[in-house]
Amino acid sequence: MTTTVARSAIRAKQRPGDRIFTTATVVAGSLILAVLAAVALFLVAQSIPAFLAQPDDFKGEATNFWSYVWPFAFGTLWSAFLALIMAVPLAIGIALFISHYAPRKLAQGLGYVIDLLAAVPSVVFGLWGIGVLAPLIQPFYTTLVEWFGWFPLFAGPVSGTGRTILTVSVVLAVMVLPIITAICREVFLQTPVLHEEAALALGATRWEMITMAVLPFGRPGIISASMLGLGRALGETMAVAMILSPSPQVVFQLLTSQNSSTIAANIALNFPEAHGVGINILLGTGLVLFIITLAVNMLARFIINRRKAFSGAN
Amino acid sequence: MNFKRYGRPAVIAVAAALALSSCAANETSGPASSGDSAESGTLSGTINGAGSSAQSAAQEAWIAAFQTSNPNVTINYDPTGSGAGRETFIGGGSDFAGSDSFLKDEELAGSFESCAPDAKAVDLPVYISPIAVIFNLDGVEELNLDATTLAKIFKGDITTWNDPAIAALNEKAALPDTAITAVHRSDDSGTTKNFTDYLNQNAAEVWTEEPGDPFPYQSGEGAQGTSGVVDAVSNGVGTIGYADASRAGDLGVAKIKVGDTFVEYTAEAAAAVVEDSPLVEGRDAKDRAIALDRKTTDATHYPLVLVSYALVCTEYADPAKAELVKAYVGYMVSAEGQAEAAKFAGAAPMTTGLQDQVQEVLASVK
Repeated sequence: MTTTVARSAIRAKQRPGDRIFTTATVVAGSLILAVLAAVALFLVAQSIPAFLAQPDDFKGEATNFWSYVWPFAFGTLWSAFLALIMAVPLAIGIALFISHYAPRKLAQGLGYVIDLLAAVPSVVFGLWGIGVLAPLIQPFYTTLVEWFGWFPLFAGPVSGTGRTILTVSVVLAVMVLPIITAICREVFLQTPVLHEEAALALGATRWEMITMAVLPFGRPGIISASMLGLGRALGETMAVAMILSPSPQVVFQLLTSQNSSTIAANIALNFPEAHGVGINILLGTGLVLFIITLAVNMLARFIINRRKAFSGAN
Repeated sequence: MNFKRYGRPAVIAVAAALALSSCAANETSGPASSGDSAESGTLSGTINGAGSSAQSAAQEAWIAAFQTSNPNVTINYDPTGSGAGRETFIGGGSDFAGSDSFLKDEELAGSFESCAPDAKAVDLPVYISPIAVIFNLDGVEELNLDATTLAKIFKGDITTWNDPAIAALNEKAALPDTAITAVHRSDDSGTTKNFTDYLNQNAAEVWTEEPGDPFPYQSGEGAQGTSGVVDAVSNGVGTIGYADASRAGDLGVAKIKVGDTFVEYTAEAAAAVVEDSPLVEGRDAKDRAIALDRKTTDATHYPLVLVSYALVCTEYADPAKAELVKAYVGYMVSAEGQAEAAKFAGAAPMTTGLQDQVQEVLASVK
């Protein structure tokens, strides 16, 4: 008695709900790609005239597109970099405090407050920056230039209003703080309790336990959190446009009136009155920002993927 | 199902808010201009304008008042900027344009799509705004400046308040050795163009750059918009800037040197310089483009002033549009319209002589 079984693959039964849900997810998944492609296509198509623009079409002393966009690209990266230098250590500190030091009730409340910070619109941060922070911090800048003016970054002449790239970076740091803190906190909370207890059992202090168990485990999380924060800092428009005193040149000094503006802020400032090729040039700088952001995110992915194997996350 | 429960009232609330606020926009002008022109109540139709953002506050007030007295007329004004406004108008996308600078010769050489074939456009001044030099310096209430010193300050050649050049003009003031922070507009602006034009004409040896919408030098400090400049000047230390005079508020306002005297801005002085300036030469007889006499030596003049124009066709392709544009622009330059602009936008009302000139041109528009 040999039964011949048809060797066809067993197919799961498909109910209407399955089909609809599958289609819906596929559509959702491809829609995001389509939107991204549409944005990229729009930017590329619109910026072609910018690459061919004549020297007269550019403002200031720029003679071609690249010399025009370079100071803005620099300003974008420079301000975001400064913001991250301030925000990341602080965010890790806050996250560790919430996850490992604070009493549970306080930790919860603090977590909510940090998340609230993320809900403040950037215009409000901009207003706060010009109305409160800049005037408040200006005397400090004056002192800094007086005493540490020999250090190239703090060289004068000091800005009389405090609307410098350092102020912008402080505001940007405050803006990216919530997202970095939130992710770091989640990651730190996931540290295997066994690792922590093992470290403590071997006689480690709490600080040693954190450096030996929590931080190595959380490293990819810290990196990806920083990159998300960096993405926000790179693209931040309103706050920078409102606070920064811009100048179309590459400037490293942190406390003077001349600061390299960012691409996004430059577009926001000049788009309302732009016409003709001017619009294409601004969109061209938008394309550069798009590429920079994309590159940063891909780099972050690359770092995370490479590090994952050694992190203890598996 | 919370959404359903709260959703519906929320929608109604939003709709009501929209409806109410749109009513309010029409009512702001209150009992405006009913006796303007008897025939105006019978007008109907829609006209579109675009251009100067300097005019936008005035345009809003004018539109509100004009639509109140002419309920069947709809006027749209899009403050896209002067350059974009001229482009739209030339391309036929709008029926009139607002522009902080008059039409260039090459623009006049081309054709205007919204006008009748072969008809050209003319520049009519409708809005005058004095530009004030504002400053914030502890212990100094009054400040006298001449064009050369002003140019050097904004170019970055003079860096401290007790510079001999400033001290020579202000013998009574106790000037501190504070550093000067000169604040300019970081966005493109007709205000910058008029300010730099004044410096370029009066202090050509210092201010060598041609006037333009962007600030030409990499000196001083930039701030976004008029509010940004006013904010930066009021919050800063030893700051100086330029802004529409109506926005100067409590800040110190410098007197500028005209001839041998130092003149403070007044609406009358600003309007006077515009009226007494010659027209731009070599243009259509109807064109009222003004070659502002920035080098005036008459102490009743305040030459640091922005003039914004309405660009209209001498003959429209559509006579109905011509009627509407005539009525609307006519309202702008009427005594009431100018008073409205002064009240809501802080403009300097045009002198009656200039109003009459513009009305005369408008009467000939077909």
